Amino acid sequence: MSAAEEVVTEGQAVEAVPKRAMTLGYGTSLVVLVALIITPLLVKNFIIFQMTMLLIYGLAVLALNILTGGSGQFSLGQSAFYAVGAYTSAILMEHANMNYALTLPIAGIICFGFGYLFGKPALRLSGVYLALATFALATAMPQLLKLGFFEHWTGGVQGLVVTKPDAPFGLPMSQDMWLYYFTLVITIGIYLASVNLLRSRSGRAFMAIRDNEIAASAMGVDVALYKTLAFGVSAGITGVAGGLGAIAVQFVAPDGYTITLAISLFLGMVVGGVGWLPGSIVGSAFIIFVPNIAEGISKGLSGAVFGVLLFLVIFLVPHGARQVAIVATQLFGKLKKN
Amino acid sequence: MSATKKLAVLSAAFAFMAASTGGALAQKKYDTGATDTEIKIGNIMPYSGPASAYGIIGKTEAAYFKKINDAGGINGRKINFVSYDDAYSPPKTVEQARKLVESDEVLFIFNSLGTPPNSAIQKYMNAKKVPQLFVATGATKWNDPKDFPWTMGWQPNYQSETQIYAKYILKNMPNAKIAVLYQNDDYGKDYLKGLKDGLGAKGASMIVVEESYETSEPTIDSHIVKMKSTGADVFINITTPKFAAQAIKKNAEIGWKPTHFLNNVSASVGSVLKPAGYENAQDIISAAYLKDASDKQWDNDAGMKEFYAFMAKDFPEGDKLDGGTVVGFGVAQTLVQVLKQCGDNLTRENVMKQAASLKDFRTEVLLPGIKINTGPTDFAPISQLQLMKFKGDKWELFGDVISADANG
Repeated sequence: MSAAEEVVTEGQAVEAVPKRAMTLGYGTSLVVLVALIITPLLVKNFIIFQMTMLLIYGLAVLALNILTGGSGQFSLGQSAFYAVGAYTSAILMEHANMNYALTLPIAGIICFGFGYLFGKPALRLSGVYLALATFALATAMPQLLKLGFFEHWTGGVQGLVVTKPDAPFGLPMSQDMWLYYFTLVITIGIYLASVNLLRSRSGRAFMAIRDNEIAASAMGVDVALYKTLAFGVSAGITGVAGGLGAIAVQFVAPDGYTITLAISLFLGMVVGGVGWLPGSIVGSAFIIFVPNIAEGISKGLSGAVFGVLLFLVIFLVPHGARQVAIVATQLFGKLKKN
Repeated sequence: MSATKKLAVLSAAFAFMAASTGGALAQKKYDTGATDTEIKIGNIMPYSGPASAYGIIGKTEAAYFKKINDAGGINGRKINFVSYDDAYSPPKTVEQARKLVESDEVLFIFNSLGTPPNSAIQKYMNAKKVPQLFVATGATKWNDPKDFPWTMGWQPNYQSETQIYAKYILKNMPNAKIAVLYQNDDYGKDYLKGLKDGLGAKGASMIVVEESYETSEPTIDSHIVKMKSTGADVFINITTPKFAAQAIKKNAEIGWKPTHFLNNVSASVGSVLKPAGYENAQDIISAAYLKDASDKQWDNDAGMKEFYAFMAKDFPEGDKLDGGTVVGFGVAQTLVQVLKQCGDNLTRENVMKQAASLKDFRTEVLLPGIKINTGPTDFAPISQLQLMKFKGDKWELFGDVISADANG
């Protein structure tokens, strides 16, 4: 890092990540992709289900990563967007008998609108204040879903049961496997779109805002527009993830989308590495599997064990999986030289 | 040997073989999760998260099964009790249920806790034909053997409790003006529905005010003040322990003295009535099905002595005054009875069949006169309650044991 860059980054909450460092190399991507395609053929349905959840939470973490790592805004309200997406899909499938695949873009669009509109007033806030505003949204959401006014559609506190789709065209695969590949295709699509977005003009504008808002606006970036846009995109992707989550879990209820989910997603982003998109999947793995590991160590103290594990991660690798990846690449480079 | 004779010998041999294999099958039959030496049982509890106070139920069950195993198990088989944490989050419940069924390969899932978590897995369990036995929630919908033949509740459902109150009000106070305070979630709304169903068409006019509160509210004082102002003379208190104690205190403070019905969820002497003050709690009416460990009248009761002995010897770290331990003890005993009835036929189908053929079974933590009965069309094991009135420092049971089967 040059001296000039150091001055710029000083005092910033989110470290500047150059856009090249946001993705994986082609070789590594290919290996990961092949692993993701082949593994389900070899494991039990339950593991496939877990891998589906891994991709779904991965998408939600990716969405937050675009917002925080890309445009430098904090959000503790992702669970609200996730819930809106989940309920949109569930309601359309169960009440309007719509095909599950068609409900996802609708969930995405509704959440984009919701996020965009929420982003508008939230624009006046920054840093921790914005985080608090979104926190309020996340706290309010489960109660909004319980409102008697919506009960006819949402099922109120009892939630809604969703029918799991069969594989189409008579394909000889289980529901779980079909849903996994369906989710995988969507995840790859959204991942590629996100990478392209961050490399585009809009992505550069996001990062300019993240690095220095005043400088960005002096250079002609419409700060208000791009900040709300980042909010909208993030909410939209989270909504798609929520819809997929509803289909995979086959059930939506207010208790599934509490502030705990928002914090988990935030945690996933930090563990995966803020601003490093491939880290999203690592972060997602952390929030799914580490609680299970913690429970295996001690049932009564699972929360405390989880806390200790989290503390270790933050202490040893403060930049999350990205740091591990960088160290690994350096080691690999050294080995090559020798 | 002639051809006919050959045939006869052959058929006799076949008949013998068929009979012997048939006999062997009738003797021992297993589904996934059961062997000659072990019965594997899954369980899901909120050990962490907002409902973690209920985790004690799972721990009590684990301790009870350990006691059973130490005494030789059930029909020579040890119970392997696998209990996972879902933090009361439905998506996590689905993950844990699938882990138990597909990865740990349990025979069935027992006493999973909470209405939303159980709703999330009900369809899956029934599609997989794995019993979801004695779920730990009082929602009414678990008694639905026609649509969900693999799901069964245990405790009396919430609706039948308020139906009993409604009957009592209609009989003794036909001109009552009723105020209802309920928690705004599945539990509160289920209770409210039972009350309204019980009051019938006339009920709409008897209820003068319905107030709901959120668990996140620090105090419910304002609701109480508002209800008093309507001039109601009957108060139906559908709240969890903390709020119930607040309500009882506040009633005394502002001098509102309606006939007070307190839901069973908060009928604990130790955790509600004592903190609220005995003098404020006099003449409150409630209904119960279990003996309350914090109520002194059971100190010399044989059934409760067995429970106290278990707590002292096998689960010393547990709090016997916590209502959850009594529940865990009772439901674990019911399961042991079901497994005993299963004998050597440990298929999932037979487990459900035996669970649905409990006849006048009693675990001694139940109130006198209350019995567990199930049948092919009755998946509500405990459907009796007894009314009681708080006098001095203990509950006094009155009237007969009342049956109320509300069907979801």
